[in-house]
Amino acid sequence: MRDRPIRDRSDESPDDRSTTDPAGTDRGQADRADRADRLSALVPRLKGICGDDGVITDRARRRTYESDGLTYHAEVPGVVVLPTTAEQVAEVLGLCSAEGVPFVPRGAGTGLSAGALPRTDGVLVTTSRMRRVVEVDPDNECAVVQPGVANLDITRAAAPYGYYYAPDPSSQQVCSVGGNIAENSGGAHCLKYGFTVNHVLGLQIATPQGELVRLGGKAPEAPGYDLIGAFIGSEGTLGIATEATVRLVRTPQKVTTLLAAFTGMDAGGEAVSSVVAEGVLPAAVEMMDALSIAAAEAAVACDYPEGAGAVLIVELDGPAADVDADAAMVRRLCERAGAFEIREASGAAERARIWKGRKSAFAAVGRISPAYIVQDGVVPRTALGEVLGDIARLSAESGIRVANVFHAGDGNLHPLVLFDDAEPGAGERAAEVSGAILDLCIRHGGSITGEHGVGVDKACSMPRMFTPEDLETMDLFRRAFDPAGVANPEKLLPTPRLCGEVPGVRKDVHPLVAQGRAEQF
Amino acid sequence: MTEGAESTQSTGGPESAENGAGTAERPFPDLLSDCVHCGFCLPTCPTYVLWGEEMDSPRGRIHLMGQAEEEGAFTDASVGHFDNCLGCLACVTACPSGVAYDALIETTRARVEEEHERPRAERLIRSAIFSLFPHRRRLELMRGPLRAYQASGLAGPLRSSGVLERVSPSVAAMERMAPPIKGKVPALPERVPAVGRRRAVVGMLTGCVQGAFFPQVNTATARVLASEGCEVVVPKGQGCCGALSSHSGRAEEAARFAERTVRTFEKEGVDAVVVNSAGCGGTMKHYGRVLREAGRPDDLVRRAEALSAKVVDLSEYLVALGPRAERRPLPVKAAYHDACHLSHGQGVTAQPRELLRAIPELEVADLPNPEICCGSAGVYNLLNPEPASDLGARKADDVASTKASLLIAGNPGCSLQIAATMRERGEEIAVAHTVQVLDASIRGLPPSALV
Ligand SMILES: Cc1cc2nc3c(=O)[nH]c(=O)nc-3n(C[C@H](O)[C@H](O)[C@H](O)COP(=O)(O)OP(=O)(O)OC[C@H]3O[C@@H](n4cnc5c(N)ncnc54)[C@H](O)[C@@H]3O)c2cc1C
Ligand code: SF4
Ligand code: SF4
Repeated sequence: MRDRPIRDRSDESPDDRSTTDPAGTDRGQADRADRADRLSALVPRLKGICGDDGVITDRARRRTYESDGLTYHAEVPGVVVLPTTAEQVAEVLGLCSAEGVPFVPRGAGTGLSAGALPRTDGVLVTTSRMRRVVEVDPDNECAVVQPGVANLDITRAAAPYGYYYAPDPSSQQVCSVGGNIAENSGGAHCLKYGFTVNHVLGLQIATPQGELVRLGGKAPEAPGYDLIGAFIGSEGTLGIATEATVRLVRTPQKVTTLLAAFTGMDAGGEAVSSVVAEGVLPAAVEMMDALSIAAAEAAVACDYPEGAGAVLIVELDGPAADVDADAAMVRRLCERAGAFEIREASGAAERARIWKGRKSAFAAVGRISPAYIVQDGVVPRTALGEVLGDIARLSAESGIRVANVFHAGDGNLHPLVLFDDAEPGAGERAAEVSGAILDLCIRHGGSITGEHGVGVDKACSMPRMFTPEDLETMDLFRRAFDPAGVANPEKLLPTPRLCGEVPGVRKDVHPLVAQGRAEQF
Repeated sequence: MTEGAESTQSTGGPESAENGAGTAERPFPDLLSDCVHCGFCLPTCPTYVLWGEEMDSPRGRIHLMGQAEEEGAFTDASVGHFDNCLGCLACVTACPSGVAYDALIETTRARVEEEHERPRAERLIRSAIFSLFPHRRRLELMRGPLRAYQASGLAGPLRSSGVLERVSPSVAAMERMAPPIKGKVPALPERVPAVGRRRAVVGMLTGCVQGAFFPQVNTATARVLASEGCEVVVPKGQGCCGALSSHSGRAEEAARFAERTVRTFEKEGVDAVVVNSAGCGGTMKHYGRVLREAGRPDDLVRRAEALSAKVVDLSEYLVALGPRAERRPLPVKAAYHDACHLSHGQGVTAQPRELLRAIPELEVADLPNPEICCGSAGVYNLLNPEPASDLGARKADDVASTKASLLIAGNPGCSLQIAATMRERGEEIAVAHTVQVLDASIRGLPPSALV
């Protein structure tokens, strides 16, 4: 709720957003009234599909959905639906397409890029009532789940069979599989196990036009274009995942977690480099700086070594003998880099204690700062040290504190830009620093998002990474799934209305369209 | 922080330290703004588990509080969602940002009662319940439900409001489930001497529901404390601690009860005030807030805080004291249920388990989904019977999955709720308070005393 004053979209009055059509062009007053009418005409039909209980129209109730985990952006949804079956989802989307009403998918609303930001002129389709683990199939090492199932609940269901679900975003106890798919979420263990995209074998999706389509299945490979790969990371712009078949991974024979404390970030970074250079592939390598350690201590009393300017968490898993050998090696390397204390946990409880601090770090920052922006960028691992130095300089120059928590193993940075929202102008300055950090990432050959997605928040940063041709090709692709332009409009790709006239965004037709080699809907 | 964390571990978990004195002075909007909207609290919220909708989640309710703050009024819809909250405080445990949801909902409930006009039928139900519950004498009369309705003079309004059907099943369940009382359980004397060398002098809260329906829990408490070397003071004239009123937004009533309890106990000069009912203990540890909320003068608030500092849950106290009496074998397969106001409200989860583990041959299983409320939640099951029974059914499934023959909890309401649900399905389970199990072990009773 904190950042709302910066850009308040919570007003239901016909603001600029609600006056534009899904394609992003302004058609004015008449259209606005038309839109509102169309939406209210839709309500009885939505109730026919989802039941009275599955459609929320009351304003106070709708408002509780006005933002996801990035409250900087907020907009009251026109209507919220809570379908319980894939068929209901498909029918709702079909109706939206037919009527030209935009829809926004939503899972648990933990997204950090405002991907689930609702629309006042649209329908918010929430999967929170589709929470059934349909099947755990240990023989085929997979599970079939509904989209609203929480990430961790897959592991809970698979654990009795000796399996778990590998992608582990910090938000795993709450975020939905559907949201993970839409964002291609990752977590601490992505270094070794990969992102969501590496763990989805099959999908059932409701296309924006209301068809239910199955992609892939339990078999490990499917012929033809990798449509699953295309759907994963599509942020709700290609339809809604209504069921997922996910890969289960065998619970490793042994897991050892090391916590190494250093006096400064440089030494920690050096340890990471040397671990990688030695060819050890840990399941996870995570780093936290002094500020984020302080936050985690305040929140969950994780009891990290006193005086640590940086802590490194290295987790090793696999056959016991390998793990023991690797652990000894990692210990040596950390000591050589200057670790002043190293703790080792092999029991589940001790391990959970080490992870607790790291996993709660984002939310815990609320304890040391009234407001903050979670940034998400990627840099090549070799540039880590330099980028961290640059971030420290940025922070010193602007007087804005930046806490660093990151997946050190794969160069995914999560700088937390701290500010006081009560102080005039602080929000803007923080946003500036946060943007400058992204520039740093790009300048070092990295990316503007590692795992939190683009959503609304970074749509306007896309041209920093992609040429107009790139973007237009993506748009063509999107339109192939969503000719009516109703699926989560104005997310992921920049539009002139959202971003202003971004230099370099092409406005004429795509060359392929001009040549008659592609169709633009 | 580490030091504080360690010490709060035993006295109430990081959250209770955080939400107690630390946040009490901060203004409501400030407490609201602690929420960063991360959603970590959603999966532990029983109503979110049931219904999967934002406005019946902690994050949604906090948003609704923010809306009311902005708009200066409550809508009927938002009041409904506040009423749906069980006050189980699972969200407080789950929240990494330290949001004091306990303080937020208490203030909100008080404001709702003050500012929001409820429909007539609802008003009747509420006043009926609150003319009964915090009053031990009236409750005692309820032990024969029919007799109670007549005697309390409530039969008329209750029946005409249609409440009877809603109240009576629960009352009937209470009566049915209360362990058989052979004759009358003798009233506790005002002082129970320590067995052997005296190690401490402690005050004991007898409580209203506990006292009326479960006098044997109080008897066991006094006996166990005495066996461990405590002189137990049971002040006469203590009444309800105010927890039920406080949890339901009846701020003034809660403050009256709290004030009386403070006065009663402070003059006894005891080392600790031992409480065996989770809901009561949770509130008594925050008496400062209860009185401040109701606008009581500072000196009284300070006295209340001083008393709160002495309040401990029985299991906390016994673990800190260390065992002296010998534990005898109790070959029973049991399951332990975390009462919300003990685990979430006071951060007490390890101590009861430690006490039970020390009993030879007693096997204690944990339940799956331990953080989810059983739906009993004080008077919630009377006001919101439907979600209460859905949650009871879920918990009953979890209990059944352990195949235990005895269910142990630190709050009688929970056991009652769960056992009643299980009995309805033809799955019998015996219930006991942690202290009754200890008592049986110390006295060397056979398992048949419990199961
Ligand atoms: C404290 C905190 C820590 C986090 N840590 C991590 C982390 O370590 N790694 C990481 O990757 N992310 C992290 N996140 C971000 C977030 O949890 C993930 O992006 C998550 O996948 C979002 O899931 P959700 O169910 O909350 O989706 P939502 O926020 O509801 O939606 C996210 C996007 O997915 C779309 N969507 C939702 N469901 C579907 C569906 N069924 N089909 C199609 N589209 C859909 C929405 O339209 C939106 O664009 C964190 C967030 C928080 C608050
Ligand atoms: S107190 Fe319990 S029911 Fe109420 S919001 Fe918190 S978790 Fe949900
Ligand atoms: S109450 Fe805490 S856990 Fe829940 S959304 Fe707010 S900050 Fe997150």
